[in-house]
Amino acid sequence: MATSTPGKTVSNIAEATVRFCGDSGDGMQLAGTQFTNTSALVGNDVATFPDFPAEIRAPRGTTAGVSGFQIHFSSTEIYTPGDTVDALVAMNPAALVTNLGDLRDGGVLLVNQDAFDKKGLAQAGYQTNPLEDGSLDRFKVHAVEMTKLTRLAVADCGLSQKEADRCRNFFAMGLVFWLYDRPLEPTLRFIEQKFGSKVPQVARANSLVLKKGFHYGETVEAINTQYHVEAAQLPAGTYRNIMGNTALAWGLLTAARMSEKRLFLGAYPITPASTILEELAKHKHFDVLTFQAEDEIAAMTATIGAAFAGAMSITASSGPGIALKGEGLGLAVITELPMIVINVQRGGPSTGLPTKTEQSDLLQALFGRNGECPLPVLAARSPGDCFDVAQEAWRIAVRYMTPVLLLTDGYIANGSEPWRIPSLSEIPKIPVKHPTPLDNGETFEPYQRNARLSRPWAIPGTPTLEHRLGGLEKQNVSGNVSYDPSNHDHMCRLRAQKVANIADDIPLQAVQGPDSGDLLVLSWGGPYGSCATAVHQAQAAGRKVSHCHLRYLNPFPKNLGEILTRFDKVLIPELNLGQLGLVIRSTFLLDTIGLNKIEGKPFSVAEILAKIEALTPA
Amino acid sequence: MSINTTLPVLKPADFASDQDVRWCPGCGDYSILAQMKKVLPTLGLPRENIVFVSGIGCSSRFPYYMNTYGMHSIHGRAPAVATGLKTCRPELQVWVITGDGDGLSIGGNHLMHAIRRNMDLNIVLFNNRIYGLTKGQYSPTSPLGKKTKSTPMGAIDNPLHPLSIAIGCEATFVARSIDTNIKHLSAMLQRAANHQGTAFLEVYQNCNVFNDGAWEYATNRETKAETTLQLEHGKPLIFGKNRDQGIRLNGLEPEVVELGQGITEDDLLFHDERSPEPSLAYLLSRMRHEDGFPEPIGVFRSVDAPRYDVQINQQVEEATQAKGPGDLEALFQSGETWEVS
Repeated sequence: MATSTPGKTVSNIAEATVRFCGDSGDGMQLAGTQFTNTSALVGNDVATFPDFPAEIRAPRGTTAGVSGFQIHFSSTEIYTPGDTVDALVAMNPAALVTNLGDLRDGGVLLVNQDAFDKKGLAQAGYQTNPLEDGSLDRFKVHAVEMTKLTRLAVADCGLSQKEADRCRNFFAMGLVFWLYDRPLEPTLRFIEQKFGSKVPQVARANSLVLKKGFHYGETVEAINTQYHVEAAQLPAGTYRNIMGNTALAWGLLTAARMSEKRLFLGAYPITPASTILEELAKHKHFDVLTFQAEDEIAAMTATIGAAFAGAMSITASSGPGIALKGEGLGLAVITELPMIVINVQRGGPSTGLPTKTEQSDLLQALFGRNGECPLPVLAARSPGDCFDVAQEAWRIAVRYMTPVLLLTDGYIANGSEPWRIPSLSEIPKIPVKHPTPLDNGETFEPYQRNARLSRPWAIPGTPTLEHRLGGLEKQNVSGNVSYDPSNHDHMCRLRAQKVANIADDIPLQAVQGPDSGDLLVLSWGGPYGSCATAVHQAQAAGRKVSHCHLRYLNPFPKNLGEILTRFDKVLIPELNLGQLGLVIRSTFLLDTIGLNKIEGKPFSVAEILAKIEALTPA
Repeated sequence: MSINTTLPVLKPADFASDQDVRWCPGCGDYSILAQMKKVLPTLGLPRENIVFVSGIGCSSRFPYYMNTYGMHSIHGRAPAVATGLKTCRPELQVWVITGDGDGLSIGGNHLMHAIRRNMDLNIVLFNNRIYGLTKGQYSPTSPLGKKTKSTPMGAIDNPLHPLSIAIGCEATFVARSIDTNIKHLSAMLQRAANHQGTAFLEVYQNCNVFNDGAWEYATNRETKAETTLQLEHGKPLIFGKNRDQGIRLNGLEPEVVELGQGITEDDLLFHDERSPEPSLAYLLSRMRHEDGFPEPIGVFRSVDAPRYDVQINQQVEEATQAKGPGDLEALFQSGETWEVS
């Protein structure tokens, strides 16, 4: 229940979306993360969307340097970080001008009035002060002297003015915490843990400012309504909030444990994949070796070396890095060694939009190598799903002796959601068998195949199994170099068939909704949440629409083609110019309708819903 | 799993694979292969614990001819493949076989970083100063003015000198040998194998098809005593058929001097392969035939330093000792959690 403040009304609402935005040095990511964790702790379902510039610190006060963090929190289950914003915190004019468009009419706008000086306004391109010219009249505007109030609050903490100003984000947080009736304790604990022992005066200052912001909300008469969002009814269990890249790293740790393997990660820093390397580097006591390579190619080829050595071997990158790994991927395919190659997709081509999300590397994942070079491709759909997909990728890799390409994207990697903590007993083991020494002078055949067409994973150090792998075409069975034309043809078909066989080993595609109708929404990767929500809403409004979300992009589930034919139309929303659409058309000779956007941002529910409505009879 | 209580005595032939060797007749690679097969049985290692990793090029076919574990990888990347392998399995002896194009051109970056990490790898660079497998284009070690199919008017880029690069990366073991000097070559392979850390061995190797005679000055019986200088630890730098010439330091410059007439051995530069400071080794690596110097062969530098492959595994052990073996459930429950009933 809301802890109502005398003289204030409390409005119970089902859900809300809040966005913090300010300079990239303003601590907006931290504010958003704290608000998210607190919302999760009070039992809301949450989904987040951090959005930050590629520059670490663009010139202060400019629109290029605006960093934002959006949180959608709800008393019901949600799948997206929200389309429009109910409350916007803008720490300066540049943040206001770049974010105001997403604030709904009648929404709450909290601004740091102190930043709206002549210079700040000019940097944002404002001719007149929007706080004074009436242009914000359709919002509930609260202009607060955050800088001044923060400095006053920390006056006796012994901080320089610069240090004092760095506490401003905690004022904004305190105020928003009050507005949405959230407890301060989790953030106070966080402050104590982060700064308490190292810089106690900073810990004290941040705590004071956080409380000051909260008390400001309680006291100031201009803000007279507080909002309350009840806890959501999620499936029973213990929950935590988790980000996509963390869930992915933990999924990898889990897969290593379930297969009783050392984990080797070869990686080169690249946005937005670097936090996978950083997360795994923290967990060396799980028998984890993290190798920060000299470049993407070394990361890839060291991963191949580690796979040959018998480790659970992984490399993680983003599109430009995957492009560099292309030749290495070919070696991984022809040597038929198990490993996971992660692509956290971002805007391309070239360096593109490093910190923005996109799904434009699907064709690269499927085809971006020389020669006939098939490999399985999986995609995660949400932050928590990364945990499961990581394990599934490793299961397929070792069962079929193949590199597996795992796609996520910047939106999933940096977004977060509540995650029900699994118990170890519910996580399946991933059995790995290495061949043991031969007796009686038998000859080891490294390309001998089992029923699935996978070859044995013999590792150095095993007597009698000495063999040579390599990039030259190999004679099937013996593994000797072979230039025989018919053998090459056979091997190309064999490698393709082996990957195709994986379709026998993955779940059939599920359909959410009736199994036939006017429209099927077919999605993959990050747009899952927007598509699921839009389809729910359209179904509730009586439209004959269903939803399929693909985890397996190669091979497709066996029943996919048949499902597609049962609907009059198929809509494929993708953050690219129609890559899955192209593959569906070539695979099933089926025309689909694309909803394509490449703005570096995820789909809103409204965009998908509008398209569904346009394509189906009411 | 059978356990070897005593190691079987292996012979060179035990290291030969069943594959036909496909280098051109007369290629210097044959000699290196033969010496390798002779040296390996002397190391007392089980065959299954030896891995050869190579890139692309004539020399990089080497692993196919060794009956050990091996990987013929992609162009230039052998040091990186070997790094992943050795990091996970420090108990394996890992050899990297590369050439001047593979190691210094397309793979220069990996070579440099493998060396600076002091990975325990034995890197053998077959230097024939030409691209052989692609049929005769100039390589990064081809001399200025070298006319090849791709440089009909002569090469205009300055050559790289493999040992200078290795020493620049502070390699802990640097040596040079010559394909035809089989006793010396086998001694150098042995020294490289026994070194803890990155051992970098350059071998002057003749490509008799595309660059025949590139090392003629260093291999010709008539001239080699004058054009090469065999390094010996703690000994003065003396060379010549009559061992009457030496290298003296004149300030920071080496100079060739004749012994006698007031110049004694004590005036010469004494070789110290264990000097922690790599400058003298670097100076030796810059002594070139075309500048009138004998080219040193032997061990330029051999020092001890921490190994990446050991240290990365030590960090795992230290973390495990400090935190206990990783506990997934504790990890999942770390930080703020909440119950939904």
